[in-house]
Amino acid sequence: MRTIGGALARGALAMAGRRSPWGGNGGAGEDGPGEDGDSGEERGGGRSGEGDKGATPEPTRGPRNPWLPPADKPRRSASIDDIFKMRDPRGRGGNGGGPGRPSGMPRLPVRPDGKSWLPLVVASVVLVWLAVTSVHMVGPKEEATVSTFGKYSRTIGPGVSVTLPWPIQNVDATDVTSIQRFIIPEGESEKLMLTSDQNLVDLSYLVRWNIKNLKDYRYRLADPDETVREVAEAAMRSAIAEITLDGALSGSGRAQVEQEVRDRMQRVLNFYQIGVAIQGVEIKKADPPTKVIGAFQQVTAAQQDAERDRSNARAWAQQLLAKAQGDATSFDKVYEQYKLSPEVTKRRMYYETMERVLSSNDKVVVEASGVTPYLPLPEVRRQAPTPAPTASATAGAGQ
Amino acid sequence: MNQVLQDYKAPLIALAVVIIAALSSFIVVPETEQAVVLRFGEPVRVINQYRPGVDFGQTGAGLVPRIPFAERVVRIDKRLLSVDMQPQQVLSTDQLRLNVDAYARFRIIDPVKMVRTAGTPERVEEQLEPILTSVLRQELGKRTFRSLLTAERGEAMARIRDGLDREAREYGAQVVDVRIKRADLPEGALESAFSRMQAAREQEATTIRAQGQKQAQIIQAEAEAQAAQTYAQSFGKDPKFYDFYRAMQSYDYAFSKGEGGTTIVLSPDNSYLSQFKGR
Repeated sequence: MRTIGGALARGALAMAGRRSPWGGNGGAGEDGPGEDGDSGEERGGGRSGEGDKGATPEPTRGPRNPWLPPADKPRRSASIDDIFKMRDPRGRGGNGGGPGRPSGMPRLPVRPDGKSWLPLVVASVVLVWLAVTSVHMVGPKEEATVSTFGKYSRTIGPGVSVTLPWPIQNVDATDVTSIQRFIIPEGESEKLMLTSDQNLVDLSYLVRWNIKNLKDYRYRLADPDETVREVAEAAMRSAIAEITLDGALSGSGRAQVEQEVRDRMQRVLNFYQIGVAIQGVEIKKADPPTKVIGAFQQVTAAQQDAERDRSNARAWAQQLLAKAQGDATSFDKVYEQYKLSPEVTKRRMYYETMERVLSSNDKVVVEASGVTPYLPLPEVRRQAPTPAPTASATAGAGQ
Repeated sequence: MNQVLQDYKAPLIALAVVIIAALSSFIVVPETEQAVVLRFGEPVRVINQYRPGVDFGQTGAGLVPRIPFAERVVRIDKRLLSVDMQPQQVLSTDQLRLNVDAYARFRIIDPVKMVRTAGTPERVEEQLEPILTSVLRQELGKRTFRSLLTAERGEAMARIRDGLDREAREYGAQVVDVRIKRADLPEGALESAFSRMQAAREQEATTIRAQGQKQAQIIQAEAEAQAAQTYAQSFGKDPKFYDFYRAMQSYDYAFSKGEGGTTIVLSPDNSYLSQFKGR
């Protein structure tokens, strides 16, 4: 009603501007009935012998608009014209105003035929009132409830509709298509919830909803918006209390919680008959509490450590296996040839190996047994900086 | 102006009288309100009383006549109202504490009774809040902490609602729903919950590391076993030749890769030198 009341008041003010005799003469650029009023006033002045345009000497009290405060002064800034008019000596006593009348008591101007303006003024007030309060534009996203003396009559959709004027019928439009949204918690604060394993999770979520049934939304609950909020909090709390912390933190658990909260909310809201449809619930954030987030990061680090250990072991294993296979295969190949002529191959391999071994080392051949060999061991002495009795070779080492 | 007032004096007065009479003998009851009409303080009828299942437009709302001056109208909210209680500490049977914040939804179904007992819906709300608190504590205090968290699952909420409803009927109100909005740990318990969570996570981290090392060991052992199998399959064909073959490899590795650092003393009996003797 507030909107229509305001419109009415605005209309009334506009009418006051147009209709009141001091509401500006023809030059004020008024349109519609205002023009008529002004020209009529002009003619009225001419009839009373004052041909001058705008000969009203002082603000005559016209039909008082009931919506205007009872100020004696006109509700507009003074203009140069007014000052001149006030000073015009010819204007004094114009419009048939007797000198005996108390100044400042304006009089109603009269029409050329001598009749009063009052009926016309009243009629136009009524007309404007009818126009403002019975024709309604409902926006493309809106719906409006129409109530007759407070009793719900119907719901009107977008477009222009005609109703009975206020105060008989009242129209109240609301946006029903747009999705409303709110986030719990507001701002960046931490909202801790208890999970089923008595851990805490820091949760932030968004709820989207719109009005499905305007009359239920409007008449059924004292505070529908707050109710949707509270229902969301209750539903989210109980959904989180049924899953574990790991479930709440994981992606699949979140999707499940979102769906469940949505269903729960819709169930409760339908039970309240609030006329609201929940479009979606989205968990924006599900984190461990800030105080223990370090410990959670440790777990991640441990997982990576374990993974690193495992892959190192796998690499080592691959290396080992490849070597075993290589060794085995080369043995197999040699063995195949060995089997063809075992003695020769064996001797050949023996000599070749001994060649390699002996050619790259110092050799001492001791002829007779029982002779204690003297070994200068030049290499040993050279390599070891301090003379130490480290290397003592014994005879027969080559055996 | 005066002239006009003079001319239309009678109709204007009549109009004013009609308006005043209409205003005092009709009242507008909107859909959101029910009205109790008191005739000299005595409730005589209820307008637009709440009845379940009646759609808007068919209710008693609208323009309603009344006897001027004799009848007084008390307007009462018809909508679903809420009792929001202060957060309460509830002690579970296993001696754990929980801060519970709940709300109840109620509506006035017997306005006459309500006018007589409480007066206004706000007073009803004031009366219901302590009752809600005590019923809630009583009911939740019978449960363990764990089941307290999932109170919706059991009968607890229904019992709380019924308990509150019984009291509310005294005020002509009906409790439709009770729900726990929040259930938080109190300040001290919060700290211990944090340290418990931390310990649990540290334990998990240690377990994960140990498991990783264990698995690494197993992988290595399995590889060794497989390698041994490969070797055995291959070398087992001729153990004596393997002995010789491997010895040759070993000599090669042990002696020939050195930079002449080894002095080898050979006896002429050595088989390598067997041809030395010129036989």
